[in-house]
Amino acid sequence: MAEVEIRAVSKSFKSRAHAATLAVSELSLTIANGEFVALLGPTGAGKTTTLRLVAGLETPDLGSIRIDGRDVTGDAPADRDVAFVFQQYSLYPHLTVFENMAFALRAPTRRVPEAEIRAKVEQVARLLHIETKLQNKATQLSGGQMQRVAIGRALVRSPSIYLMDEPLSSLDAKLRGEMRLELKRIQTDLGATILYVTHDQTEAMTMASRIGVIEAGRLLQIGTPREIYENPVNAHVAARLGQPSINLLPADVFAGAPHGAKTIGARTEHLAIARGGGDVSATVTRIEHLGDQSYLHLDLGGQPVVTLSDPEAALGAGDVVSLRLNNPLFFDATGRRLAA
Amino acid sequence: MAQIKVEALDKSFGTFHAVRSASFTVEDGQFLCLLGPSGCGKTTTLRMIAGLELPTAGTIRLGGEDVTMNRASARDIAFVFQLFALYPHMNVRRNIGFPLKCEGVSAAEIDRRVVEAARILRISDLLDRPVSGLAGGDRQRVALGRAIVRKTKCFLMDEPLGALDTEMREAMIRELRALHDRLGATTVYVTHDQLEAMAMADIIAVMNNGVVEQVASPRDIYDRPASLFVADFIGSPPMNFLPFHAALAAGAQSVALGDRDVAIPAAREAVAESDLVLGVRPEHVRFSDRGTVRGEVYGAEYLGTTQIVTVTTRYGALKARTPANLAFRTGETVGLDFRPDTLSLFHKASGRAIRTALHEGGVHG
Repeated sequence: MAEVEIRAVSKSFKSRAHAATLAVSELSLTIANGEFVALLGPTGAGKTTTLRLVAGLETPDLGSIRIDGRDVTGDAPADRDVAFVFQQYSLYPHLTVFENMAFALRAPTRRVPEAEIRAKVEQVARLLHIETKLQNKATQLSGGQMQRVAIGRALVRSPSIYLMDEPLSSLDAKLRGEMRLELKRIQTDLGATILYVTHDQTEAMTMASRIGVIEAGRLLQIGTPREIYENPVNAHVAARLGQPSINLLPADVFAGAPHGAKTIGARTEHLAIARGGGDVSATVTRIEHLGDQSYLHLDLGGQPVVTLSDPEAALGAGDVVSLRLNNPLFFDATGRRLAA
Repeated sequence: MAQIKVEALDKSFGTFHAVRSASFTVEDGQFLCLLGPSGCGKTTTLRMIAGLELPTAGTIRLGGEDVTMNRASARDIAFVFQLFALYPHMNVRRNIGFPLKCEGVSAAEIDRRVVEAARILRISDLLDRPVSGLAGGDRQRVALGRAIVRKTKCFLMDEPLGALDTEMREAMIRELRALHDRLGATTVYVTHDQLEAMAMADIIAVMNNGVVEQVASPRDIYDRPASLFVADFIGSPPMNFLPFHAALAAGAQSVALGDRDVAIPAAREAVAESDLVLGVRPEHVRFSDRGTVRGEVYGAEYLGTTQIVTVTTRYGALKARTPANLAFRTGETVGLDFRPDTLSLFHKASGRAIRTALHEGGVHG
């Protein structure tokens, strides 16, 4: 494992009809040894391109990539000592699970002794709970097991960094939940360095040591999940994390916004709700009972507001409630965060 | 608009029994979700209501009329598919108007209804754009537009949001439900995503292996699951299950779990000594030094407002949802208690829920 440094990297792509699109723009990011960094952003934000630049599958227009202090910008993928896990687990269907996992170690350039290969594959298979499946054909496995094999194929190697491109997104919700916990556990046990790309905020929040929020090729903010959630630099980052999403309301809806504030950012924990009218009143439009929690949809003078309510609060559509703010976030006209 | 009534519906493909005696009613203007894992028979059931498959047995009534053997075109329904097949060579306006053109509606009337559908879906500014350049959410709105221009009695939707990414899907969930509230068309919606079903449906029918296991409101399905399968399928993370072996007298208010007694909602049926399962939702697990079940913290997952703490116990890994400001160390020993009035009990062998005071309503007043 090693420190990986992305220094002011830019990359644009030319397409047939359009002008070149800037996929990654002056992006700088250092992934410390043993760290799990998640790049979070919507489709087309430049997350996968960043990953491919580190892997050497793309060459940057500007900037450099360093692994363990060495400039690898011009190196071929094979010379970079990285392991890539793709969203689509492309296993060799004619090989067994064992052979799939051993494949990379058997590459002629590596010359790993057979006994060592066996020991390594068995160790990783135990970590991933697929040790009883080693002799199965890869195609005889369920989707979740196949994705474990794909991750296992990367884990048997000891590269400088694991690059993972939405490896859980093809799994069903339940399996994804289990794998999140497992992957984090394995990363901690192995002390692995991981750069992980996802558009799923839950994956980023639950697994990453630090989250990099990326949008239109730019890194907007990097920090621990708690820093990003509690202390976002702008309204866009604030909207990336949190379920339900943060409510972005005009600053004049409530009294007491600081000078220059254009927007109030109110998460569920920033809103106190009481039955009956008050200084600021809203009408309940709908309650979604999601089981463990209920989403309360409110109409605040034409502004929709969504907040969590206790499933046992006996509120119904048409009820009037009063709202109070409790240390919310404030943003200026450009969306930048203001001190309260 | 119309009621949809499905009675004892069966469908076999050769030796494969896809749907077994499915029965449910969707009242006029209601939104029902058929929910289950892939292969459970939900899409087959939907296709039978649409008339795209003929049932092996059973009846389907639309607004009181038996339509079981009617052709799809003779049923007053509109179908929205998962893979929204838009015509790539037509613009948005012609795509939305196409079903009306096929029905021979006049050009002026088509124009009027397309404009109205576009307004409802808030895509008026896209009408003259080619469909090829549209984003996923807008393509889905066009597909919906094609369904709503026809002003049918009911909508049938087969995972219409399945191809969208998480963020767009969440926005479309709210949008679809708001659309339903405006149009009031009877809707049957197929999904494997429990969150979609919980967020949108008035009524959920949970299917497993071709069988409808429970038909109830989202809240009832969550609070009073009829079977182990339903309890496990609904909720994220799902219900925790603690296996134990005991007999249960009618009226019993506790069960023995290891050497400790756990209070339960009073049993309303007697159960002979057998393998049983105690079910507890993650948000009903509490940390307590003198807790009934002891275990070791395996990991904590931060979610902003709350966190999910996984604890390894003799009953397996249990998950608890707690406020995000409590700190847990991996490996730390903790005690767990459960909120008595919310617990579920199941027969392990059949998976069926045991009747208790929980089923007499009133968990939430």
